[in-house]
Amino acid sequence: MIQESRDRVISSVLFIPTLFSGIVLIAMIVVLFQKSGKILTQLPLTELLFSSSWEPIAGNFGFLPFIMGTIWVTALAMLTAIPISLLSAIYLSEYAHVKVREIIQPVIDLLAGIPSVVYGLFGILLVVPFIKNYIAPAVGVLTSGYCVLAGGIVLAIMVFPILISLSFEVLRTVPDEMREASLGLGATRWETIKYVVLKRAFPGIIAAIILGFSRAFGETMAVLMVVGNVAKVPNSVFDPAYPIPALIANNYGEMMSIPLYDSALMFAALILLVIVVAFNIAAKYVFLKLSVMT
Amino acid sequence: MMDRRQTEEKIFKGLMYLSLAIVVGSLFAVFAIVIIKGIFALNIAMVTQTPHGGYYLGKEGGILNAIIGSIYLSVGAIILALIISIPTAWYLQKFSRTSKYAAAIRMVLDIASGIPSLLYGAFIFLIMIMFQARASLLWGIITVGLFIAPLLTRAIDEVMQTVPVKLKEASYSLGATRWETIFRVVTRQAFPGLITAVLVAFGRGIGDAASVLFTAGYTDSIPTSINDPVATLPLAIFFQLGSPFPQVQERAYASVIILLVIVLIICIGSRYLSKKYARYSIK
Repeated sequence: MIQESRDRVISSVLFIPTLFSGIVLIAMIVVLFQKSGKILTQLPLTELLFSSSWEPIAGNFGFLPFIMGTIWVTALAMLTAIPISLLSAIYLSEYAHVKVREIIQPVIDLLAGIPSVVYGLFGILLVVPFIKNYIAPAVGVLTSGYCVLAGGIVLAIMVFPILISLSFEVLRTVPDEMREASLGLGATRWETIKYVVLKRAFPGIIAAIILGFSRAFGETMAVLMVVGNVAKVPNSVFDPAYPIPALIANNYGEMMSIPLYDSALMFAALILLVIVVAFNIAAKYVFLKLSVMT
Repeated sequence: MMDRRQTEEKIFKGLMYLSLAIVVGSLFAVFAIVIIKGIFALNIAMVTQTPHGGYYLGKEGGILNAIIGSIYLSVGAIILALIISIPTAWYLQKFSRTSKYAAAIRMVLDIASGIPSLLYGAFIFLIMIMFQARASLLWGIITVGLFIAPLLTRAIDEVMQTVPVKLKEASYSLGATRWETIFRVVTRQAFPGLITAVLVAFGRGIGDAASVLFTAGYTDSIPTSINDPVATLPLAIFFQLGSPFPQVQERAYASVIILLVIVLIICIGSRYLSKKYARYSIK
């Protein structure tokens, strides 16, 4: 009896910090929603999302340049990172010797551990001048180098680690018997990967990509440092862009001095939060289905 | 026929080597460019002095304020995060592996770890306005602590989940209760992994700039109280980069080397410590 009640006491004491994490998440959504309420009641949602006129002093809050900026940079980063990361993960999982894996693993961990300002500086010192002096002249464009392409490249490097380690784990969940059966039927290694391993791992890889996407969406400092920050909808990868996280980070200081500005920035934060949470739920859902399957 | 299949295999294998080379090469490039640019601006004053008057115009001084500030902030944040994470991880251990309830808690934690640090900063900033508080070390610790807590919890939880069931059963068979088993057996067995989790979270905390942008403030002196504003290394780098003076920009490159050295020490330290303590775990 004493044992049982002590058990229950411990359970409830430990439940309090557990509950805390959930409360923070809910509080964040509620507070951001409440703060963006002011602008949502004054301006129609369609204007906020689809107008490209951003003049806070005149009361025009069109988020299209920022939404498009985020989409351009993130999409470019993912288009670059997905094939490179997948091929790397396939190599590590299907071909590499254990020793090679042991060398590559710390490299990927280290890539994941490097602070984002360092990637930003790398972008400024290497990627931006390279685009300005070599890539842009080669295609006949004039640019400062601070553009969508620079943001995309830096961001792609930043999502390598998460994409590689998640897809590697997914590939390892494919049972070896399936590989052996395919090889036994005379398929080459690549055919086995293409027709058996990837087919089986497909949902998990999609989930990994969704998680990579959501990480890329919210990345702030590194992108802000190389992307140019001009509030116009970009027309090409050589145009500057102004992604949502950069908008929030750059304008926090003066948001109290212009009416509605604070509410507009909180609305931007809310958009970001909703997208990231939705992506995470989607990825988790796929992973859960997968774990039921295996 | 055979030829075409072999060729396809060779092409894709080549592409895989190329991809790995890009991944490893980009890490190398990041380190190389930063070291080449920053090594000559690096001097002993950078790590032993706080900025003197006119530092941001290219005069004497260092970034000791930011180094100490970052360490204060991250240590505080990791302690706060541990107070939340360890009990949560213990609580999750109570449930069986297939428990839907535990899966729901893990899902909330995963969502919370996916939220960009910038949004934690924005959220805490709004709370600060509510309390009419000014940016300080305390609020910085709260922000970073909240943002690394879910990451840390899930990492500790994953480590505890790998503890073999047989070990727990052995503990039960000796008459230990469920909680005694979780506190004394599971936690001890998971200890090496726990250290790694803590150091990885510490690294995340020390390197993050977006979350402390509005909550920790910035100052040229070392904080003497928890209510003082505090400078952090990533923000020091960011501000020095924004300077039009080349000497100050070079110091930003040197500061990045300092930050990278700290990250490397954490990375190597976690490997070393977890190996060291792994000796005391039952295999």
